Amino acid sequence: MASEIMTSPASAGGDTPNKRPLLASLRHVDKVFGTDVVALKDMSLDIHQGDFISLLGPSGCGKSTALRIITGLMQPSRGKMHWEDPEAANNLGVVFQEPTLMPWATVEKNVYLPHKLKGTPKSRVQNDIDEVLELVGLDKFAGAYPRELSGGMKMRVSIARALATRPRLILMDEPFAALDEITRQKLNDDLLHLKSKINCTVIFVTHSVFESVFLSDRIVVMARRPGRVIEEIRVDAPYPRDLEFRTSAEYGEIARRTSDALLSAIGDGDDH
Amino acid sequence: MITEDTAENKAALMGSGPVVDSEEAARQRAKKVEKIAGFALPIGLFVALIGFWEYWVVAAEIPHYILPSPSVIIAKLFENLPSLSISWWTTFKITVGALVLAMLGGGGLAVLFTQSRRIEQALMPYVIVLQVTPIIAIAPLIFLYIDSHMVRVLFVAWIVAFFPILSNSALGLRSTDHNLNDLFTIYGASRWQRLRFLQLPSALPSFLGGMRIAGGLALIGAVVAEFTMGSGGNAAGLAFRILEASYRLKVPDMFAALVLVILTGVAIYLILAWVTWKLLHKWHESAITRE
Repeated sequence: MASEIMTSPASAGGDTPNKRPLLASLRHVDKVFGTDVVALKDMSLDIHQGDFISLLGPSGCGKSTALRIITGLMQPSRGKMHWEDPEAANNLGVVFQEPTLMPWATVEKNVYLPHKLKGTPKSRVQNDIDEVLELVGLDKFAGAYPRELSGGMKMRVSIARALATRPRLILMDEPFAALDEITRQKLNDDLLHLKSKINCTVIFVTHSVFESVFLSDRIVVMARRPGRVIEEIRVDAPYPRDLEFRTSAEYGEIARRTSDALLSAIGDGDDH
Repeated sequence: MITEDTAENKAALMGSGPVVDSEEAARQRAKKVEKIAGFALPIGLFVALIGFWEYWVVAAEIPHYILPSPSVIIAKLFENLPSLSISWWTTFKITVGALVLAMLGGGGLAVLFTQSRRIEQALMPYVIVLQVTPIIAIAPLIFLYIDSHMVRVLFVAWIVAFFPILSNSALGLRSTDHNLNDLFTIYGASRWQRLRFLQLPSALPSFLGGMRIAGGLALIGAVVAEFTMGSGGNAAGLAFRILEASYRLKVPDMFAALVLVILTGVAIYLILAWVTWKLLHKWHESAITRE
């Protein structure tokens, strides 16, 4: 299976081979903190419906800044965050590095939160809540409090909450970084399974080469000082991906190429 | 690793019955000791102290007007119970009234402060001035400016009690998880929703911590208020009874009233601790007993 590399940062947009409709795009976005700290420099990224995009880079490369701009928590200093369908911007799913659950609320009430803040009565979305809890395999824990759950289970609740409103776009900021390798691998598998089931778009921030290659169809490699896109790598291997893909020559080849790109990204800064 | 060929190990390897190694046995022993010591130690020490007190007063023939023995104090307590219970009711009303007002005032102000940084900046200096001014020093002024005795006493008790609730609640309201805060923003939460569903529950543990401190302070405030404002007649509280008894050198009466004050303080603390446990035990770390 062929994988192609697009080396120009600006070419992240344009046509995709599979012609997915555009969902949103960052257009020449700069973000400057204070007067001289450039967190993001001229970042362009087209997000198509159904994409699984990984933002990969060393810390300080602006990947979290990019995520905050997409969620609307932050406005770009220059450039534009464009939405094809403004409705999609109002219905986002977000997963942070920490599970970020309300400790005083049960699993079910945590998952209900996005609906609650939109003013939807619980009775009307009870089926949706039950369904997402079942999707992440926690239907038996609806009445449990977060402290009763393991780290991996808490993360599943967090994912269930992000899925609760059936968002078109889900943003994940290093969601599995704090988990052990085995839990992490399991959640990676489950995440792909979930995505294939509900057919959403995912932007996934990570600093793990292997995670990004396994999960995504597009890897956007970023460098720091200033934070910018230096390369986009496509992973054309078809989904579902499983253990076989993880041990394939293709996987190794893309991982090596991604690793090289990341190395040059780190080399662009001074230290690491 | 070399395995010692002891009888214990052999039994374990044979798989006969559950394995209880010496560490586990020690742990279970410690657990048992802990359980008994938990109530036996404080009760034992209390009984010993009271016993020693009783013995000492009798043996050394200390007169009642210097130090009455516990049995005399208890007897006095029951003898004076009809009039003491009226005084207790007065002190109790002031304490609870001040605590409720401190809860509303301290909690309300804390919410106001988190809603508007400007209001906090403007009002905080006065709150601090109110807190650091010795209440005894301004008691004569309060006496001068406020006519109603009840209002005076409530006011003094309130000033003493409200600050810990304010500062604890403000701290709790401000220490919400910043990711949860972002999440509420992303989901378009209104100011009210953020307060109701995020900030108030986050602040609950520290608010309750403030309440536990304020419960004791409200009682102290009520006593101090009565000491400084004075009051007589049938509305006299426990503090006045203590003062009155001291003027007449009726030391056992003094102790009897004092015992009631202490019991009231302990009861308020226990009730607030119970409420805290009731509200937090399902989710908050402080109320969870680890296995």
